[in-house]
Amino acid sequence: MAKYYQPEIETASREQIKAWQDERLVKQVQHVWDNVPYYRKKMEEKGLTPADIQGTADLHKLPFLTKDDLREAYPYGLLGTPLNDCVRIHSTSGTTGKRVVAFYTQHDVDLWEDCCARAIMAVGGDKEDVCHVAYGYGLFTGGAGLHGGSHKVGCMTLPMSSGSTDRQLQFMTDLGSTILCCTPSYAAYLSESIHERGLRDQIKLKAGIFGAEAWSQKMREDIEKGLGIKAYDIYGLTEISGPGVSFECEAQTGMHINEDHFIAEIIDPETEEVLPIGSKGELVFTCITKEAFPLLRYRTRDICILSDEPCPCGRTHIKMSKPMGRSDDMLIVKGVNVFPSQIETVLLEQGYPANYQIIVDRVNHSDTLEVMVEMTPENFSDSLAKVTSMEKNLVDALKAMLGIYAKVRLVAPKTIARSEGKAVRIIDKRKI
Amino acid sequence: MVHQISVFLENRAGQLAEITGILADNNIDLRAISIAETSDYGILRMIVDDAEKTTNILLQGGYILSMTPVLVIAVPDQPGGLVPVLSTLAEGSIDIEYMYSLFLHTDGKAYMVFRVPEEEKFVALLATHGITPCTAEELGLG
Ligand SMILES: [Zn+2]
Repeated sequence: MAKYYQPEIETASREQIKAWQDERLVKQVQHVWDNVPYYRKKMEEKGLTPADIQGTADLHKLPFLTKDDLREAYPYGLLGTPLNDCVRIHSTSGTTGKRVVAFYTQHDVDLWEDCCARAIMAVGGDKEDVCHVAYGYGLFTGGAGLHGGSHKVGCMTLPMSSGSTDRQLQFMTDLGSTILCCTPSYAAYLSESIHERGLRDQIKLKAGIFGAEAWSQKMREDIEKGLGIKAYDIYGLTEISGPGVSFECEAQTGMHINEDHFIAEIIDPETEEVLPIGSKGELVFTCITKEAFPLLRYRTRDICILSDEPCPCGRTHIKMSKPMGRSDDMLIVKGVNVFPSQIETVLLEQGYPANYQIIVDRVNHSDTLEVMVEMTPENFSDSLAKVTSMEKNLVDALKAMLGIYAKVRLVAPKTIARSEGKAVRIIDKRKI
Repeated sequence: MVHQISVFLENRAGQLAEITGILADNNIDLRAISIAETSDYGILRMIVDDAEKTTNILLQGGYILSMTPVLVIAVPDQPGGLVPVLSTLAEGSIDIEYMYSLFLHTDGKAYMVFRVPEEEKFVALLATHGITPCTAEELGLG
């Protein structure tokens, strides 16, 4: 049977969830108005006062926040509480310029850890489990979030952090890790290492919670098969709290958003118009319970779809699809939108590992796209004709998916640096 | 039947030296070598005295390999020595995927490595001309 960390919240009626959101939004807008001059100014520019926001129906009136605002307000401009009420920061690297620094009060940390605890219980975790946290610890939210959630559930927590594969595998086998939390690319790497060392029958993993990185359905299947587990997705971002903003349940058909803490909207990224549920667009979050870093209508840049279809797991909170692309990751090559996830899908379908690198350059005023792909024993042969025809199939499949030509460069295995945190998938030389 | 080892070669300076260095360090005797390449990568094909040991060493080194059975045929080491074998191929309309030669020359013979898609047909036709492919033992290959 499904298990919940906070059943009364996770399975609350839609009316109850809306009532919480209405009440908390009104309170939060007042909190921000009173304490965050940066946002108050934005509201004033639109002629708004807190009295204009009477509930979620008025949410669309509020101004957006973007990563640019976070940069501009760095470091304290969006702080909602006195600094001495904060107990922690986390930070994420921006693609350019300043890092994003998010602040947390003890209450913020508590609620965030609750969200992660919900995610762990949703994959079948309980106090009997050994939760192996191989997300990076430190400024990155991955390690701290799942670590805290694991404590709340009462799992034996292994604060492994990322890296040191030997040590990871030693603890995994010696201490019988049952739930693995890390990035999907690191999970794939650990799976390979386990097979190479013949440790497959010495591991007791049953589930994995993998996030912080785009991954395809095929990659999920590969990890599930390789480790003999169920692989679940988790979503979050430092600006909003960290992992656990939404999480997958046993149904594996989207991630339940913790709507008692975050209101999700989908907007058209061009017009900023709010789109009806079921539409594909940019995900926007409003934090309604956070104290120290209370972002309202934060544009995530993630493109996804929301769904309010009833879920067999019993949770009533709406679900979001896996992000289909991130406008930060999205490349425009020869005027065409290219998402790394599309390239990954093709590689896996063609039997190549999902460890790849995309190199974009500009030669004679024209964009070039090159994909570095690792050769596999299965795709290799003594016949040059066979190898070049496999390569041509890959080029054709990429062309069909992307709509533009991508040069394929086959390289020896393990040539492309494996990440132990986030993968460096894109090298855009045009920015120089 | 002789085992040929093919290795995926990246288009990177020094990779060939690296592989032959590994073989030398492990006292493996290279008997024949040939490279097929595109501008981006290549296939190194080789015959060694100990195919199993070589395979294990290269796999440990992270190389991508494939093993292929090939035919080695002794031909007279003199002008026109190859003609009877090639005529046999022509006679049977058998395509050659690739061919190269062993470093070895003995008793006035040279040794050619053949990879043909229709191997059984080729061997049968050769037999009608009194030609038998060399065995690994004859060539001192393990
Ligand atoms: Zn569910």
